[in-house]
Amino acid sequence: MTDLKGGMIPRDWRHQPPAFTPDYKSSRLRSPKLPKLSMPSTPSEDSGPVFTREILGPLDDDLTLNHAAPGEMAIGPRIIVHGQVKDEMGRGVPGALLEIWQANAGGRYRHKNDGYLAPLDPNFGGCGRAITDDEGGYRFHTVLPGPYPWPNGANDWRPAHIHFSVFGQSFAQRLVTQMYFEGDPLIWRCPIVATIPDRAAIERLIAPLDMAATVPFDARAYRFDLLLRGRHASPFENRPEGL
Amino acid sequence: MKLHETASQTVGPYVHIGCMPNAIGLHDVYPEDLGARMRGESTEGQKITIEGIIRDGAGAPLTDALVEIWQADARGRYGADGSGFTGWGRAAADAQSGVWRFETIKPGAVEAMAPHITFWIAARGINMALHTRMYFPEDETLQASDPVLAGFVPAPRRNTLIAQKTADFMYQFNIHLQGSEETVFFDV
Ligand SMILES: [Fe+2]
Repeated sequence: MTDLKGGMIPRDWRHQPPAFTPDYKSSRLRSPKLPKLSMPSTPSEDSGPVFTREILGPLDDDLTLNHAAPGEMAIGPRIIVHGQVKDEMGRGVPGALLEIWQANAGGRYRHKNDGYLAPLDPNFGGCGRAITDDEGGYRFHTVLPGPYPWPNGANDWRPAHIHFSVFGQSFAQRLVTQMYFEGDPLIWRCPIVATIPDRAAIERLIAPLDMAATVPFDARAYRFDLLLRGRHASPFENRPEGL
Repeated sequence: MKLHETASQTVGPYVHIGCMPNAIGLHDVYPEDLGARMRGESTEGQKITIEGIIRDGAGAPLTDALVEIWQADARGRYGADGSGFTGWGRAAADAQSGVWRFETIKPGAVEAMAPHITFWIAARGINMALHTRMYFPEDETLQASDPVLAGFVPAPRRNTLIAQKTADFMYQFNIHLQGSEETVFFDV
């Protein structure tokens, strides 16, 4: 039991999308109209679930193999997506659970509601997960997802992207976002990207090609760092989740 | 130097592929969805069921939502207690009805806060996941001095955070994203 009050540094909303963004049509009926109630965090938000590596399977961080038949592999350009999870003070966040999901190389999701023409890849499941190391580092192997059309405007295409879900040490740090790829001309045409009011904040979602981490004759690397909200530096207790 | 929190983006319509594949019939990735089990046989406390529907501004249920909860144990402590209780649950809205459901235990009071459960809601059309709280209808006395409910939530809106008891140990907590019953969401 912790006696901390207000363990989280208040969120800076200038870099976050507002709820109502009419050019992204789905937000129109799903955006709260009343302002959020601001309050200091309490032990209920300062604490959070703890995940340990025992929950991970050996291929959870390799989407080229984790759904492939024995001896086979997902189709598409082979890439590595890696980076560091940090907090706003720049400290690495160890033990952060990352879950990712994405379309296959043709831009098709393995979901019954996705009826895009591009075919499914029987060797590609489209999801993976990892837990950050002592420095907050993580690494996934996957294939480059394809862009895909979506019903919003008359001709909207999502830039190639990977969805990320992140748990830090506090439930108030919980974050979901999307990672984009350097050089994709669809990024600046995307109404979902444009929900973010700040250009620099968008640019931080665009992973640059990282030649230094690229594996020759194997896979290109992209670097994507994730920044979670900062917590005040005081220690507090968190019992392991023990799944 | 203070850095900036990564910008949020919607989870889109296919969040369950990544976070709850088993819940949508994809059983060949993970043996079990994280957060699907919150308590063990020996977990202390009253077993309860919480269910609800999230509705948009037109009253339509969100059938693609991902709901997470975080709560204290029966003694008001956060974190796993070794009995199989995790404090953290995750549920997928039903693809037809939009109903989500948690099988958990009733949390104890946390310091001066009445028993409550933190909710986190993500879905297509929600640019940044929403935080709210559920309280229990039988705890009126403790709620009167709850530092969040009584301290920050305007009186006319407090009822949006209080579940309804529908049967013994069964609670319903419906969430309204817009409209006259709009649920209180927190910037916390
Ligand atoms: Fe997507």
